[in-house]
Amino acid sequence: MPTTLRHSPGARVGLSIAVATGLYGISFGALSVSSGLDIWQTSALSLLLFSGGSQFAFIGVIAGGGSGAAAAGAAALLGIRNAVYGMQLNALLHPRGWRRFAAAQVTIDESLATSTGQTVLVEQKRGFWVAGLGIFVLWNVFTLIGALAGDAVGDPKQWGLDGAAVAAFLGLLWPRLRSKEAGAIAAVCALATVLTVPLVSPGVPILVAAVVAGAIGWFGFRHGPAGEGLEPDVDPYPGPPDAPGSTDAQAPR
Amino acid sequence: MSVWFWILVACAAAFLTKLLGYLVPQKWVTNARIARVAGVLTIGLLTSLTVANTVATGQELVVDARLGALVVAAIALWFKAPFLAVVIAGAAAAAGLRLLGLG
Repeated sequence: MPTTLRHSPGARVGLSIAVATGLYGISFGALSVSSGLDIWQTSALSLLLFSGGSQFAFIGVIAGGGSGAAAAGAAALLGIRNAVYGMQLNALLHPRGWRRFAAAQVTIDESLATSTGQTVLVEQKRGFWVAGLGIFVLWNVFTLIGALAGDAVGDPKQWGLDGAAVAAFLGLLWPRLRSKEAGAIAAVCALATVLTVPLVSPGVPILVAAVVAGAIGWFGFRHGPAGEGLEPDVDPYPGPPDAPGSTDAQAPR
Repeated sequence: MSVWFWILVACAAAFLTKLLGYLVPQKWVTNARIARVAGVLTIGLLTSLTVANTVATGQELVVDARLGALVVAAIALWFKAPFLAVVIAGAAAAAGLRLLGLG
């Protein structure tokens, strides 16, 4: 017997992660306009691209003087993990008809993490939809607020917005550096970036690092206990692993 | 105009990538190699974006206030500050260093 929506643990966690994540849309909005995009372009990215990492990647390349093609390439490559999340969610929730398209659009780190942290199907569904749709609405509202604020600010450098972008990228990367191997991969890709910056056009070093990372992922693959697998960058269920609601539920396979 | 074009390309690619996950055969779900490549790719791209945004100015490597922002952000993350606080700390560090005439 499912609990009512009011007392649903999935919906509750989904809502809290939606508020936390939605709020930082404000930083995307502000950084996007300071990178040179206008308010409409900024909002289009949040509405249509809707994947924090990829959106930051796009404006990060543009801000560095990179071409639109390099920006789109970096954003697209960073979105590949969402296909893997989509496979997991499809096996878990089996959305049908138009819901499948809606589910695809709100398939992001946070909705996956909220959903897979629940143990019963109805809560997995509620967690996914509440987190996904909640973040979609709030992320877009706060993107617009951030874009308007960023537009009102004069010189973005004076306000340290280029430093804010650096901090944002590190903040997105940080939760993924959970293992020594992840740290080693990051070190190699950092080196590849530094070495190629003087040699190729802005934006391209990021794609070079992507090729290096892809090769490490493909050729360094080994079967066995969890290698550098793919976990979403958020854990909506902090606390001791034996606390209620924090069980690491696996999708039925 | 050209920026709009690439924005729409990126948006279409992002949606189709997400949708692909719902359309491919279920046995792909268990393909650990694909999951690993996607995971490593994410780490590599975010690292490169962090580094490029810190030290690159066009094709030049430059040490300026952004490096201070990186250090401050790392300290904030170490102390488990929330994302928005980390971003604000990074901005404050860069703005503060410039105010002091550094970078």
